[in-house]
Order: sequence, then C-alpha cells, then structure tokens
Amino acid sequence: MQALQILIDGFAISSLYATGAIGFTLIFGVSGVLNLSHGSIMVTAAVVAWLVAGSLGAGPYGGALIGVGASVVLSLVTYGIVVRPIQNSRAIAREEKEIFVLTGTLLWGIMVQEVIAYIFTNNPKTVLPLIGGVVNILGVRTPGNEIAIAAIAWITMGLLWLLVNRTRGGKALMAAAINPRGLTLCGFELGSIHLLVWTIYGVLAGIAGVLLGSFLGVSSDNAGQLTASAFSIVVLGGLGSVTGSLVAAYVVGYLESLTAYLINPSIRTVPVLLLLVIVVYLRPQGLLGRR
Amino acid sequence: MKRKYWMLPATAAFATLAFSSAQAAAPPIKIGVIAEASSVSGASIPKAAQLAADEINAKGGVLGRKIEIVTYDDHNSATDAVRAFQRAAREDKVSFVIASYISEVVLALEPWSARLHMPMITPGAASDEISHNIYKDYNHMKYVFHGYLPSTFIADSVCDGAKDLLVQGHHVKTAVVMSEDAAWTLPLDNEYLKCLPRVGIKVLDHIRLSPDTTDFTPIFNKIEGEKPDVIITGISHVGVQPTVQWAAQHVPIPMFGVSSQATTSTFWKDTNGATNGVVFQTVAAPGVAVTPKTNPFTDNYTKKFGATPSYAGYTSYDDVYMIADAIKKAGGTNPDKLVTAMEATNYVGTIGRYVFNGKSSPFTHTFKVGKGYVTGLMVQWQDGKQVTIWPPDVAQGKMTFPSFVKLPQ
Repeated sequence: MQALQILIDGFAISSLYATGAIGFTLIFGVSGVLNLSHGSIMVTAAVVAWLVAGSLGAGPYGGALIGVGASVVLSLVTYGIVVRPIQNSRAIAREEKEIFVLTGTLLWGIMVQEVIAYIFTNNPKTVLPLIGGVVNILGVRTPGNEIAIAAIAWITMGLLWLLVNRTRGGKALMAAAINPRGLTLCGFELGSIHLLVWTIYGVLAGIAGVLLGSFLGVSSDNAGQLTASAFSIVVLGGLGSVTGSLVAAYVVGYLESLTAYLINPSIRTVPVLLLLVIVVYLRPQGLLGRR
Repeated sequence: MKRKYWMLPATAAFATLAFSSAQAAAPPIKIGVIAEASSVSGASIPKAAQLAADEINAKGGVLGRKIEIVTYDDHNSATDAVRAFQRAAREDKVSFVIASYISEVVLALEPWSARLHMPMITPGAASDEISHNIYKDYNHMKYVFHGYLPSTFIADSVCDGAKDLLVQGHHVKTAVVMSEDAAWTLPLDNEYLKCLPRVGIKVLDHIRLSPDTTDFTPIFNKIEGEKPDVIITGISHVGVQPTVQWAAQHVPIPMFGVSSQATTSTFWKDTNGATNGVVFQTVAAPGVAVTPKTNPFTDNYTKKFGATPSYAGYTSYDDVYMIADAIKKAGGTNPDKLVTAMEATNYVGTIGRYVFNGKSSPFTHTFKVGKGYVTGLMVQWQDGKQVTIWPPDVAQGKMTFPSFVKLPQ
C-alpha cells in the first residue's frame, strides 16, 4: 500500500517538477540564460490564479488561465527589461554577460518576491483545484486534483514536443540551441526566436506554478527553493538537455518521496542534494548532458 | 495708567497662547512596534497598535502628549529584530517596544531589553522560556513583559477544551500530537503529553515537523496508519499547506489544537475553504464578546483593514492601552517607573482582564489565566465563519465536521 502511495505521489510531484524544469532548461539551451527569477515567476502565476479564481470570482479555470497569462507577461518583462538590455549592452564585456544575466535575474526575482510578499503577505496561497474530490486507486485515497495535475503536466509536455518537432518555429528553436549563427545565416531573426522561447517558458513556468499552487499551496517564501529545485534538476539532467531534465525530474521527485515516506519528511531534499554533488563530481555534464 | 490696564489682558492672552502652543508642540511619546509585516499573524501587530494609538490620541493622548507608533519590519529574522530594537532605543528614542509573535525573535530581544533598560512586551510569542528568563534574573530582565499566553497555558487550554468537546462529546480516546519544530512548541508539546492523558486521551505518537515542510502527505499518511481519533496540532509558522492537504486528501481525522494562522479571517480565502472543520485555540474571536471591548475593536479593525485581526492583533491593541496607562501612572517614561506601573496593571482589554504575575512566579510577567482573568476559547471554522464552540458560556454554535472526518461514536 505504501509503495503504491509513493508511486502515485512521486509521479504527481515529478510531473510538476518536469514541467517547470523543462522551461528552465529550454531557455538555457536556446539563449544560454540561467533565469534565477524562475521561482518568482512560478509564484506569481500561482498567486494571480489564486486571486482571480477566488477573490475576483473567475473560478478555477479562469483563474488558472489568467495565472498562466501573468506568467507569460512576467517572463517577457523579465526578458525585456533584465536579460535583453544586459545581452545588448556594450558596456559589459562579452565573457561577463552570463554572470551579469545571472545576477540580474536573481535580483529581479527577489524584487518580484518582495512585492508579492508586500501585497499578498508571505502566507501560502492555495489555487482552487481544477477537480475536487478523491479517487480510490487500489486502496490509496488520491485527490482527483493530483491525477489532473499529472495529466495536464504530460499533455503540456506532449504539446511542447509537437511544437518543437513538428512546427517551423519549433525547429528553428532547436536549431538556435545547436548553432545560432547558422540560423541567422539562414535568414532567421534571433530576437524573435528568443521572444518565442521566453513565451514558451512563460507558459510552462505558469502551468507549473498554478498546478503547484493547487497541489501544495505556494508562498512568496518558496521562490528561492523553487529556483534551486529547477536548477538542481537541470544540472542533474544536463544543462540544456530537455530529455535529461525530464529524467532528472523523475529521479528527484521519487528520491524526495522515498525519503519523505521512508525516512523523514524533514530531510526530503537532502539525498537529492547529495546525489547532485556526486553527479557534478563524477559526471559534470549531467545524466544526459551534451559534452 | 490706562496703558497698563490694556497690557494685562494682552499679557494673559499671550501667556495662554504660549502655553497652548507649548502643549501642542510637546514631543510625542513613541512606542516601537517590531513585527514581520508580510505575515498574516505579524501584520496585525502594527495595525492594531496604530488603531489604539489613534483612539488614545483622539481623546487627548497621554499626559498631554500624543502617542506615536514607530514600526519596524523584522522579516521574521532575529538579527533584523535586534537591529530594529537597538535603533528604536538609541536613535528613535522610543519609550516602550511591542515586539513580534515569534518566540525565537523575542528570546533574542530579551537581553537587549535588559541591557538598554528598554521596556518591551510581546503580543504573540508563546515560549515559556521568555517568562522563565525574567524569573531567573529578575533584576536585569524585569523590563520584559509576556503579553500572550505561555505555551504551557495554551496546551492546558486545549486539553480543557478537548475534555469537554472530544472526550465527553464524542468519546475520543486516542490522539497523535503534530507540532512544528520551533521554540514555542517545546513546552507546548511537553504539556500536551502530560495533560492529554489527564483528560482521558492516550497519545499514540508525537510528530515534530519541519516548518519548511511543503508536502504533508507522508505525515498524514503515517498518522492515519496509527489510527488516532484526533490530531492535536501545534502549528503557527505553517498553516495553509497542512490544512489544504488535510482537506484535499480527505484525511478522516479531525484537527484540533493550535493553528495560529487560522485565527485570522483571511485564512478561509488562503485555503479556499479547506479550513472548514478545523478547530483552533485562541484568546478572542470575531463576534464573541469576551469583554465589552472585543467586538468594537474587531469591528473597527475590520472596517479599517478589510480583514479581522489575528490573535496578536487583539493583544497588540491592548498592549498600547496598558502602556499608555502605565505612562500615566508613572508620570512619564522613566523605564524603572514604567516597569513598576506595568506590574500594577489591572486592565480589562479585548481578551479579558490583564493582571501580571509577579517575580515570585516562574511565569514572571505573564498575565494570570483563568476565570476572571484571561481564558482560552476553542473556535471552529464553519462555512466561512469562525464559530466559538467552547467554553459553553460564550459558545456561538456546536462543533461539526465535514463529511470526510470520522469521529468515534
């Protein structure tokens, strides 16, 4: 019974982790940006969904949609006022730009986090679940919302796969990740590719944030932890590798669930961090990284 | 001669003018308020203090001087709080400090209150250690007052409520104690483990969870496996997440005990109603006339700030009034005289009658608890409302749970 419980809970959590982390790795793969405001963007999506669904009376679906919309807007704002000006700046040396982007997004994330805490307090908010009630799976009482979360996460990832592999824009995206210079020579505008990838990222981070908000509840205090968790998954899977992030999300999700159920919930992230240290030491390119 | 007669009223008028302008220009008496502004429990502290100050000022202030509230956000950090305390005492020259609802923060401030001879009261921290420290070193620590129930008294209040509501009302026999790992829950849990068996509830397990926990499923899973009749809670830093997951997973065991975040009206919205059925201990609740001052305060606060105050809001409001009275009695803001005046407090506030325990009590400078003083309430969230269900003389309704909760019959 406990094994099945771990299997179900681990799956839901891992699917959520995967959705958030894939967006994070996609941006790195395509534009070389490690977006450290990731957690704040997820939290914004959840808090907006909570506000719109509950206080403004739009219901769970309306709230979720507007929450994801807010994430897209904030992602584009992050790109427009933090990342792009640093990338285009002539005052910053080329080799230092990455570190400036890293610092810029980190500080931007803290600002967003503080603003959310100021307006809505740092008390966790729970987004209205898309589906209520519980389902009995072979004796394990599972909230219907948990099943919906896993399903939505996988549908989102499936659509992303179709977008990347079956559309012209998506293929250009992948090409940008492999050889950006080649892509510009083929007549593609790199700026619009970046806009596209930040939009996709906004959708993914937004969906992950809203789902997390309906599953566990989200507080502005969680922003740093969410960024760290996405960062760990992406490093574990291999920076820039979408498949690697997917696999790593499940490794992390299940390792955390096993620790929480079998050892102690208070130390659920410790084994993951240990694994991360070992992987970085023995296989710095990550599980499925390119090098 | 004529001229002299003319000068007399002119001089008098001038003197009156000079006197009244001197009075108007009398510097305000400053009270520092240190709290975490972005948390639900903490945010009520400065707001309620300001409300009390406004009311006192509208009636002419204290000793002809206005009360000015100076607020500091400590971001729930002891370091920030200590810095704010030093600034309040040395630069802003406040006369009294109302500080925090977090025991760890108040314990860090205590030695500073002693060193700087700066009287301080906490409106919400609960650790027994706060008053024990005053007892152990009264001469140095006498500047600290504990303006909330110590954890041991809170646990006793929960046990008394559990006896009437659970043991006699529903034949509850077993419990698991689930508390967050924090300074205030150490004495709370100790007392739970003693007083629950005393009222006829056997404790099957005692779980202390990390305040950083986000996924409570494994914890509820473990508790459910032990088949207790009730979960006795001791949570303050966490609140929304365990409550939401308890409801989402239809955990069939009632939650009963301390849940500080549940004391504010925004908790219903924060949890999307998942708090329906949660029973929590507090000292005052909306709509319950614990004293004639409770309801007017709750109404004024809600009208001004759009939500009901947290438990620390009630006490913070009362603290300002008690401080104002003490200043009046002391005839000024001399710290030692203020301490003596505070010790002589006999004040009916929003949560009951405040009389502080003296230096012979191990709970020095906490207020007396019991009939005629301050008593606890058990309140339950029912369909969006906080309904007081215990003690019977102030109860507004009966305890009732959502259908997924199963109580022994």
